[in-house]
Amino acid sequence: MKQYVGRAFTHRLFWPVAMLVALLAINVIAVPGFLVITVNAQGHLFGSVIDIVRNGAPTLIIAVGMTLVIATRGIDLSVGSVCAIAGAVACSIILGSPNPDDPVVVGIAVLAAIGLSLLMGLWNGFLVAVLGIQPIIATLILMTAGRGIAMLITEGNILTVESAPFKFLGSGFLLGIPVATIIGAVIITVAALLTRRTALGLLIESVGINPEASRQAGVRARGLLFTVYAFCAVLAAIAGLILTSNQTAADANNTGLFIELDAILAVVLGGTSLNGGRYSLAGTLVGALVIQTLVTTVYTVGIPPIATMVFKAAVVTAVCLLQSETTTAAFARWRRRSVARKPVTEAVVSQ
Amino acid sequence: MPDSVKAPVPTQAPVVEMTDISISFPGVKALDGVDFRMFPGEVHSLMGENGAGKSTLIKALTGVYSVDSGLIRLGGEHVTFSEPAQAQAAGISTVYQEVNLLGNLTVAENVLLGREPRRFGGIDWRAMRRRAAEILEGLSLDVDPNSLLNSHSLAVQQLVAIARAIDIKAKVLILDEPTSSLDLEEVAELFRVIRSLKESGVAILFVSHFLDQVYEISDRLTVLRNGQLVGEYLTPELLRIDLVQAMIGKELATLDDLENKVHSGERDVAPTDGVAPFLVASGITRKGAIAPVDLVIGAGEVVGLAGLLGSGRTEVARLIGGVDRTDGGQLEVQGATIKLRTPRQAIKHRIAYSSENRRAEGIVDELSVRDNVILALQADRGWFRPIPRKRQDELAASYIEALNIKTPSADTPVRNLSGGNQQKVLLARWLAIAPRLLILDEPTRGIDVGAKAEIQKLVYSLAENGMSVLFISAELEEVLRLSNRIVVLRDRQKVADLLNDGLDVDDLLALIAEGVTEPEPVTGAAS
Ligand SMILES: Nc1ncnc2c1ncn2[C@@H]1O[C@H](COP(=O)(O)OP(=O)(O)OP(=O)(O)O)[C@@H](O)[C@H]1O
Ligand SMILES: [Mg+2]
Repeated sequence: MKQYVGRAFTHRLFWPVAMLVALLAINVIAVPGFLVITVNAQGHLFGSVIDIVRNGAPTLIIAVGMTLVIATRGIDLSVGSVCAIAGAVACSIILGSPNPDDPVVVGIAVLAAIGLSLLMGLWNGFLVAVLGIQPIIATLILMTAGRGIAMLITEGNILTVESAPFKFLGSGFLLGIPVATIIGAVIITVAALLTRRTALGLLIESVGINPEASRQAGVRARGLLFTVYAFCAVLAAIAGLILTSNQTAADANNTGLFIELDAILAVVLGGTSLNGGRYSLAGTLVGALVIQTLVTTVYTVGIPPIATMVFKAAVVTAVCLLQSETTTAAFARWRRRSVARKPVTEAVVSQ
Repeated sequence: MPDSVKAPVPTQAPVVEMTDISISFPGVKALDGVDFRMFPGEVHSLMGENGAGKSTLIKALTGVYSVDSGLIRLGGEHVTFSEPAQAQAAGISTVYQEVNLLGNLTVAENVLLGREPRRFGGIDWRAMRRRAAEILEGLSLDVDPNSLLNSHSLAVQQLVAIARAIDIKAKVLILDEPTSSLDLEEVAELFRVIRSLKESGVAILFVSHFLDQVYEISDRLTVLRNGQLVGEYLTPELLRIDLVQAMIGKELATLDDLENKVHSGERDVAPTDGVAPFLVASGITRKGAIAPVDLVIGAGEVVGLAGLLGSGRTEVARLIGGVDRTDGGQLEVQGATIKLRTPRQAIKHRIAYSSENRRAEGIVDELSVRDNVILALQADRGWFRPIPRKRQDELAASYIEALNIKTPSADTPVRNLSGGNQQKVLLARWLAIAPRLLILDEPTRGIDVGAKAEIQKLVYSLAENGMSVLFISAELEEVLRLSNRIVVLRDRQKVADLLNDGLDVDDLLALIAEGVTEPEPVTGAAS
């Protein structure tokens, strides 16, 4: 029995899941109807949990890309800026068209935003893979420059758009489920299938764990890095479009501000090490949900806004401590002891 | 129950006494009730096959692993170290099997890491360099203390790790396979140092798969098999055949048989006649690494590369394997000129290079045994054509069986395997791509006697079937046994290219040390 408990304790997703459950429990205590999901007049699902999975979608989407980048031993700090650029491009195209409600116009706007972001991602990949610049520095360049680029596109204005098809992205519903949630679910599923059903995941992990050994084994590390940074930027663009659509405005300064930090946190909470190597998209999903639930908890429990950051930091610290190698080793030791002791008792019994 | 303890107790009390030590890892009982002791002023060899538990016993003693049960006494006092630093402070100085130094620091910094001489609250850099130079001189190691550790070969790095350990004032010195990448010269130097430490009363624990070295240096032997104690013996009283039998737990005949097979097969000495060579290298060179070298490797031919530490063997191998780029010269594969800029291109030409440095350049330690075995094959196929899971399992299972890799399962991360078994996984990776030319740089490093014979046999039979092999080993017997032809390098130049026709170790040694041209000191080591 203790053995099974022990195994659960050492599972890499144990603490993030436990934290998620604990946060939900706190919310249920504070607001008894917290978990209730209702269907409103338009047939849309409604409730706090739905809010969490909708509002958490942008962070989740970016965290998926971030997971793969981190698995290669890299990091992408530019995702927030890419969000802003994507929003700015889409909004300026929609505003510039005589017919903002035309789905074709919105489609072009979205594709343009994604296309530009793809270039941004390739730029990051170039700096990291070809020039060999450390990822944190390489992506810092676009992180700072990116908001400036967004500013140029918006010409320093906040671009407010009135476009039904565009609004649909961030706040629409499909079969009663928020569109943002559906996009998030599709993306994480596609990413999981793409990396785990092909050999992509294995090769990414291999490069992240031991780049030189991978090179000697014939792994094309350079191509992989390009792919991963480009993928991450495209996902950042999608997240940026959802955020912009939700706010119905592109704000070069504030769209996706600090979202890179939330995404990195989600990845780390999910048990993927910043040292690269083995990654878990399931972990990232849980991590993103923890972060969004945390934000919600701040409101439901009524923590004063000034203490929000401290509260968030406390939760993250707790999970990281519980997941640390030292703690895991201590648990493993405790487990081993209990297993090792067993034969002794059996021997006593049999005598 | 283990055999009776045969060695008589010396007059002194043991300095280390480990009683009934057990350690389990998921899926393996690494140590099962093992007793072990060491006396001051003795060299004690710990023997056993790959995965027998030698390194685990050492790590139990030094506090890397905490024991599940059992007692450890140091100088009569009961101790429990929860981390290696405590063991070091208590006078146990250790060189672990996997050299664990900081490649981007200098040699001097590595030797004195954590014990830097200080002055006015800062590090006294001049004193540090002087001190490091003295220590290195004590090992007759002629390297610049200010050079980066990374810039040196694995052998030098191993010597630096040893230098670091023997500098610490210790009661107990533990050397886990310290000689695995050293040549005869360096081994002789190391043994000189060990003997002088022994005279000053240090207890030395020595692990090696080279029986010659074990018999030369050690006074006492403890044999482990599958995590259990087989027995403790005095070296002069235990015949080699009995030692081998104690280690592998099999009738000796099996091993004899095996050795015979490797020896017996009549080698066709010059298979190149009439057949187009697989690879022709003309004047390939790389600045600072190797002078222009010509090399021809026939299809199905085994070419041995012999030479001392720093003679350029690995450098040649890396050029042909596409790991380093050439600065000049030309490579031809089956008559066609090729350019190699990456290992990937070499692999496309079915040339595989198995690095001597399995930890830094070989295994991907967090990945499973299966993933490590299929890695090169998968990389070659491209990411969008995954090897079906069933095929992966078959491949892994077949190599685990063929190379006798000791692992709880194919899913076990490679880092959890013993050193020798990690080496076998690396070998499996290269065999899996079915290369036309396999470059083996110290492939039997850290591999036990039984498995070594198995691997030699395998190389031999692969060559029979048409695979070419470029073979590098510090163990000359091995080079002689397997090679059709032997190329001798000295001071980064080729000095001889001979058919292996009645050559013996002494012939080879003479060539390696003196060369055929003017005799000059080979390295600073010859003092
Ligand atoms: N950290 C670990 N986690 C899980 N299993 C381990 C770990 N370390 C060692 N083992 C297992 O314990 C057993 C003994 O390993 P150990 O490294 O002590 O062997 P060894 O005698 O030193 O072999 P070699 O000659 O190959 O170095 C092996 O089966 C190995 O797989
Ligand atoms: Mg070992």
